[in-house]
Amino acid sequence: MPITIDIQKQLQGLNLQIKWSSSARRIAILGASGAGKSMTLKMIAGIETPDRGKIIADGRTLFDSGRKINVRTQERGTGYLFQNYALFPNMTVRQNITIAGKAARSGKEALVQDLIRRFELEGLENSYPVSLSGGQQQRTALARILASAPEMILLDEPFSALDSSLRDKMQLELEKNLADFPGTVILVTHSRDEAYRFAQETVILEKGRVAAAGQTKEVFRHPQTAAAARITGCKNIARAERLSDHDFAVPGWGIVLHSKERLPEQFEAVGYRAHDFIPVWDELPSGMLQACIRYNEDARAELQFEKIFYFYPDAAAAACRSPGQTRPAAHSLLTWMVQREDWPLLEEKGMPRYLRLDVLKVLFLREEDGEYDEP
Amino acid sequence: MFLRSMGLIWTIIQELDWSPLWISVKTGLAATLLSFFLGIFAARRAMWAGSRGRAVLDGILTMPMVLPPTASGLILLLIFSRRRPVGMFLRNTFGISVVQSWLGCVVAAVVIAFPLMYRSARAAFELIDENMIYAARTLGLSEARIFRKLVLPNAAPGLLSGGVLTFARAMGEYGATSMLAGNIPGQTATVSQKIAMVVQDGDFLTAGVWVVIVLAIAFAIIVLMNLIFAGRRNHAYHH
Repeated sequence: MPITIDIQKQLQGLNLQIKWSSSARRIAILGASGAGKSMTLKMIAGIETPDRGKIIADGRTLFDSGRKINVRTQERGTGYLFQNYALFPNMTVRQNITIAGKAARSGKEALVQDLIRRFELEGLENSYPVSLSGGQQQRTALARILASAPEMILLDEPFSALDSSLRDKMQLELEKNLADFPGTVILVTHSRDEAYRFAQETVILEKGRVAAAGQTKEVFRHPQTAAAARITGCKNIARAERLSDHDFAVPGWGIVLHSKERLPEQFEAVGYRAHDFIPVWDELPSGMLQACIRYNEDARAELQFEKIFYFYPDAAAAACRSPGQTRPAAHSLLTWMVQREDWPLLEEKGMPRYLRLDVLKVLFLREEDGEYDEP
Repeated sequence: MFLRSMGLIWTIIQELDWSPLWISVKTGLAATLLSFFLGIFAARRAMWAGSRGRAVLDGILTMPMVLPPTASGLILLLIFSRRRPVGMFLRNTFGISVVQSWLGCVVAAVVIAFPLMYRSARAAFELIDENMIYAARTLGLSEARIFRKLVLPNAAPGLLSGGVLTFARAMGEYGATSMLAGNIPGQTATVSQKIAMVVQDGDFLTAGVWVVIVLAIAFAIIVLMNLIFAGRRNHAYHH
């Protein structure tokens, strides 16, 4: 097991309780800001100390409150890439890399030269960090980390300070540069795209707890909790009632669905992705109506490659007929996304009367935070 | 009239006893040297200490900056008096006396000027990016190496300007010095004490001459500080 974490730390306004282990070499920690992602990473590096618990990396105990083990940051062998890269401003590029060098004096120069070449820093060796571009600073920081011969590399939101056109390019570059690194790399990010393309395994944190963990593709395809579904991009989540082994109701959306497959034993909510709605233009027989949500438009937005329609079901529409309320509550709004290639159909037929749900695409979710079964 | 007063000033300068200037400069240099290293040491300690420890340490070390200098001087006098344990001990074992001696000038100046150095050093250390220190640790650099190679060079402008301010404060110290060291011509009579004394005697011309000398020194110090900062800025941006 490359990494096993079971720690607890009380922070201001957040009780961090992380229990998770992974055997992958490329791991992403995904979560909204304030979920405890960076704090978790800092505890692995030894920059922050948990109140109790243990951290084991590649069979080596880095922290264990029960056995009073707390390996110093210097001896943990974790390279940490900070969001601001944290280069030493009083040193040149070469000095920044050299000071981290672990090799003996004779081998060190060759190592540093090799890193300068590999990270395309030739010609910048004698520049100071202030005169480097963001990309050059990140390459210097990575070269410096590799010079210290770490066993694990921790990346703390390395792209969030960049604008989107640069972000994609830098991520590709980072992936290439870390391709031959044999150790574990953990990426902390709030971007599901970054996590999805980078990691074999993903941990989703929400309010200081693990909301989901496992193979990245699996976590994204079948999130188990409402929190995980939300973070993986599911826009429509509502409370649901299991009626029988094959039937369930979503009162907020005013629908009852029948599944040919046997339903999971326990779920409190369902999720439905914004792209998965099927538009229906015709009036439907009442038997089929149960699987459809009436399309009452609230607002729309047009993006470059898709259109977003915000609508509310009849159940919410009834509520806004009550005095003093002119619009449905924001939480009752649903989101439907239509990709560019489907726009002509909408232009031809107008807006649909109903949106139908495909029961096979419904996500069955549990609502409690931070509870999940060990994979 | 003008010529006559110019002549008078010229006579004063010719007959001036320069010893207060040398005593002040000597005291200032010695006190600055001591405060500089003590201040850096204490500031580093405070950085390492927990928030409660830091508050207590801060209070004790900053006290002389807030207290009237004469009050500090009186406390020092009580501590170092030859009839009290500390003063007696120093006199009997090392044969040194702090009261009514040049050493007293230095002690008074250190006590009064030290908080300035300590505060400057702490401010300079606190300006350093925490992540830089953390990064250095993850890269395996020892704490001593981090302090030498990262903290000190990056805090240098703050430390130097703190040192210059400390020198200025130490050189001009009056209240505590007059209490502890007294005003012995040629031994403990600093420029500040000399000015006070001649004014009391009604000799405003001599006082004026000293004020001009002090003004020149103060101006030189300000220029020096600006040079330190300008030099640093060039270092940071023009490589």
